[in-house]
Amino acid sequence: MIRTCLVALLSHWRRNPIQLFAYLAGLAIATGLWSGVQAINSEARASYDAAAATLGEGQFDRLIPRQGDAIAQETFVVLRRAGWLVSPVLDVTLNDVRVIGVDPVTSPTGLGGVTPPEGTSLFTTGPDTRLFANRNSARALGDLAQVIIDDTVAPGIAIGDIGAVQRLSGRNDLSTLVLLPEQPLVQPDLASIAPDLRLQPSQQVADVAQLTDSFHLNLTAFGLLSFAVGLFIVHSTIGLAFEQRRGMIRTIRSLGVPLRVLVGLIVVEMLALAAIGAVIGILLGYLMAALLLPDVAATLRGLYGAQVSGTLTLRPEWWLSGFLLAMLGTAFALAGRIWQVASMPLLASARPRAWVMSGAARFSAQAIVACVLLSAAAVLVIVAEGLILAFALLGCLLIGGALALPVIAARALAWIERGATRPIWQWFWADTRQQLPGLSLALMALLLAVAANVGVSTMVSSFRLTFVGFLDQRLAPELFVQAETPQESAALDAFLTREGIEALPLRSTPTQIEGQSVRLFGVRVGSTYRVSWVFLAERPQVWDDVADGAAVIVNEQLARRGNLWVGDMVEVAPTVTLPIAAVVGDYGNPQGQVVMSEALFETLHPDSYPGQYGIRTDDVTALRQRIADEVGIAKNAMIHQAAIKAASLEVFERTFTVTAALNVLTLGVAGFAILMSLLTLADLRVPQLAPVWAMGVTRRRLGGLELLRALGLAGLVFVFAIPLGLALAWVLLTLVNVEAFGWQLPMFLFPLEYLRLGAYALGAVTLAAAWPALRLIRTPPAALLKVFANER
Amino acid sequence: MLEIGSVKKSYGDGAARVPVLRGVSLELGAGQTLALTGESGSGKSTLLHIAAGLEAPDSGAVRVLGQDLTAMDDSARATFRRTEIALVFQQFNLIPSLSVAANISFQAALSGRVDQPYIDRLVQALGLADHMKKYPEALSGGQQQRVAIARALAAKPKLMLADEPTGNLDEQTADAVLDQMLELVSLSDASLLVVTHSPKIAARMGRTLHLAGGQVV
Ligand SMILES: Nc1ncnc2c1ncn2[C@@H]1O[C@H](COP(=O)(O)OP(=O)(O)OP(=O)(O)O)[C@@H](O)[C@H]1O
Ligand SMILES: [Mg+2]
Repeated sequence: MIRTCLVALLSHWRRNPIQLFAYLAGLAIATGLWSGVQAINSEARASYDAAAATLGEGQFDRLIPRQGDAIAQETFVVLRRAGWLVSPVLDVTLNDVRVIGVDPVTSPTGLGGVTPPEGTSLFTTGPDTRLFANRNSARALGDLAQVIIDDTVAPGIAIGDIGAVQRLSGRNDLSTLVLLPEQPLVQPDLASIAPDLRLQPSQQVADVAQLTDSFHLNLTAFGLLSFAVGLFIVHSTIGLAFEQRRGMIRTIRSLGVPLRVLVGLIVVEMLALAAIGAVIGILLGYLMAALLLPDVAATLRGLYGAQVSGTLTLRPEWWLSGFLLAMLGTAFALAGRIWQVASMPLLASARPRAWVMSGAARFSAQAIVACVLLSAAAVLVIVAEGLILAFALLGCLLIGGALALPVIAARALAWIERGATRPIWQWFWADTRQQLPGLSLALMALLLAVAANVGVSTMVSSFRLTFVGFLDQRLAPELFVQAETPQESAALDAFLTREGIEALPLRSTPTQIEGQSVRLFGVRVGSTYRVSWVFLAERPQVWDDVADGAAVIVNEQLARRGNLWVGDMVEVAPTVTLPIAAVVGDYGNPQGQVVMSEALFETLHPDSYPGQYGIRTDDVTALRQRIADEVGIAKNAMIHQAAIKAASLEVFERTFTVTAALNVLTLGVAGFAILMSLLTLADLRVPQLAPVWAMGVTRRRLGGLELLRALGLAGLVFVFAIPLGLALAWVLLTLVNVEAFGWQLPMFLFPLEYLRLGAYALGAVTLAAAWPALRLIRTPPAALLKVFANER
Repeated sequence: MLEIGSVKKSYGDGAARVPVLRGVSLELGAGQTLALTGESGSGKSTLLHIAAGLEAPDSGAVRVLGQDLTAMDDSARATFRRTEIALVFQQFNLIPSLSVAANISFQAALSGRVDQPYIDRLVQALGLADHMKKYPEALSGGQQQRVAIARALAAKPKLMLADEPTGNLDEQTADAVLDQMLELVSLSDASLLVVTHSPKIAARMGRTLHLAGGQVV
């Protein structure tokens, strides 16, 4: 009985391959996009974890220099003698790889989790300099050092004995001292024995994982959106498959298969198929993640300085979560249908239920839910704070908007229908309205995709506009010169002063303000700053006050994280507290910055010298030659502004590659949802079209009308998607962005961009509608006639 | 074999309640045949569905092979129907996604007793040999009807219920169909209840009952 029954159930898919395809594809898409995004996220997290394990960052208190980035070897010795249990660390960058030297004997993490292979002892390395690193880092290091490949070492990092690293980098000092967890009860005061050092508590180390959380949340939101669209497809295919199999289910039951057995078989059948779809989806997700991961890694590096491995590992946390989520989604969609079958009287009508073609009652319930969600969104706009609530707001907005769409569309169609005078058009509009419930899921998916596109492209383009303006401001000098030594710096300064060339020397040092790692800049206030810098907020005479050493300028990241704004006081050094004169927008770097006058900087850090000069000139090439000749600075230490700008823009472009790719994918998925809905509805619609055909409307005309209908509906969706997308952009720019990146962006409108998106959406829908229309045109008259033959 | 005792059935609720059967009783022994006539809408199909356990009567008893169908749960009733009863629906109720051959052996396969030589003979006798590989949608109404009859016969039931099995058939084919049914009755001592409008068919049955006003007259 079971076999016979299963064969009958499965025969439905053999006879309706398109439906089977829609079911599998919907699941594959949902699982694929979701697990792809999760794969990227978990790869990144694994990289952060590896980094944390390797470096012990964030786990232990550290001693760091108050100024600069070097601690003398003697200071370490003094501390050890005084009873401070510290372990030395030297942190240098060689060939773009962060090389970390530790003392394996005293380090609390040993060699950062690395176990030297049998027979290789770190202490007998002798004069050669052995490092541990993963394959990619080893390749980058080349023959600079002897590298033992160990894939557990975090990407972008090599680790080795501190002596070896000192020899490699030609340094004889240290970067930080890690405080061991167990310290003697009595110790001399740090200030008395090492006044140059400062204790940095463990939590205050900026945690990459935390910084990047919001980025991953963004990705996850996209994954969820795609998953929802995919489940739309699954949901509507399951609905259709059940409607179409009502007759079969009735027959099988009446021939003596118990309901329990039949329901069990249907569940097994649908879940087995779902599992196939999910597995295909996981493969797709793996492919997608593998393709996108290099860009994501670049984005994370550019935006947060986080190192992420560019290669993908199959981890159960993403493939299993994708699989389970797909099965759960299917089970959820299935449950309602199963319940319907179970509660349906055995001899109930086998005709597809009315909802596929009409369903006014459902619409009014939907309208109420939409109203509630949109009102909730309105409330959240006022009260929302924090990333989670911002995303809740996005959810309410998008789902509420999507639910409202069919209701509004039905109203609009009824209104148009009243205006139609020719009978064919009256029929056309009425028929469109009847089809709305069957198409509404697909239309909602299209709405979400287009709105997300409008929203994200507004955000990206606003960002681009702001960012380019920001680069113009920050990179106003035509030439940037790097000074390696104080002598070089002084010589350059003398040369520039002699020649009367306007120069912007820049001193900087990392420091700690309001519990955050920030960079302190000393600038020579001049006309370039006064003219080109644009502030988010400022008080009068900003630059005069800064030049007098009476105020500082902070960037937006520091201001938002430290909850500071213009007029607030900020402690820039233990003895110096100054008001903030202005907040400046700073895009493309996560760190806080404080800008003060050159003179004030010099009094705070007397040993400092300007390491970088921005120089204004009309003839970059000539000046570069003269500086090389007369000051003796190597040409490769001088950068043409355009080169920096191009490099910065490239980082920025890659930042959004991922988002753009996901956008295209969602639009594609929505188009696919439309195609599937139209194809599966096509069979159900033959009985509706046959009478019209019999009354003398050609199949070609009917096909044309079907296409027109799809385009009309897509146009309607598009009109509706613009305000929804703009609302989305507003939430992203003013709420999510501040939480995620620490800066707020002005919102610009890009009507041409929206038109282009509209054209894409219409194109996708035309493609989707073309096939069903063509099929209709090619429907043999016999198939249409059969409608009348079977009318019993 | 089949005993129906004062069965009542009505459709609809409240004011719209329409009584269809108002206390129908009939008895059909093993090896017996019975024709049920009555004008359209008189409740013939309803009575047949109740006899097959597809629908529950409002009151009254339905016993097949001495077992009370109304007292069974869904699962037991289904098993009983699968093994002992075959029903030819007025609307055929073929499975559209299965071929004619698969449709014919479907019920027999459900209870695991496909008698292929017998099925082959049935197919020949009912003139379906040329259509075995087709799907139901490609058959004419009469052909579909014969497939439904073949499906019921192939299951070799103890009780066969047929709802206007010859409605779409010409006289000659109708005779062939009836021959097969009567052969089953005589070979396996089964009982046959046929709903029909045709006096010719009714004449070939052992008895005829007429349904009118919700009662047997
Ligand atoms: N599911 C139902 N719901 C409501 N009324 C029904 C239902 N099924 C049948 N009826 C009504 O019950 C009455 C008897 O129907 P039934 O199908 O038994 O008639 P019939 O004698 O088989 O007619 P015909 O010769 O036309 O097949 C009819 O009036 C019909 O409208
Ligand atoms: Mg009837």
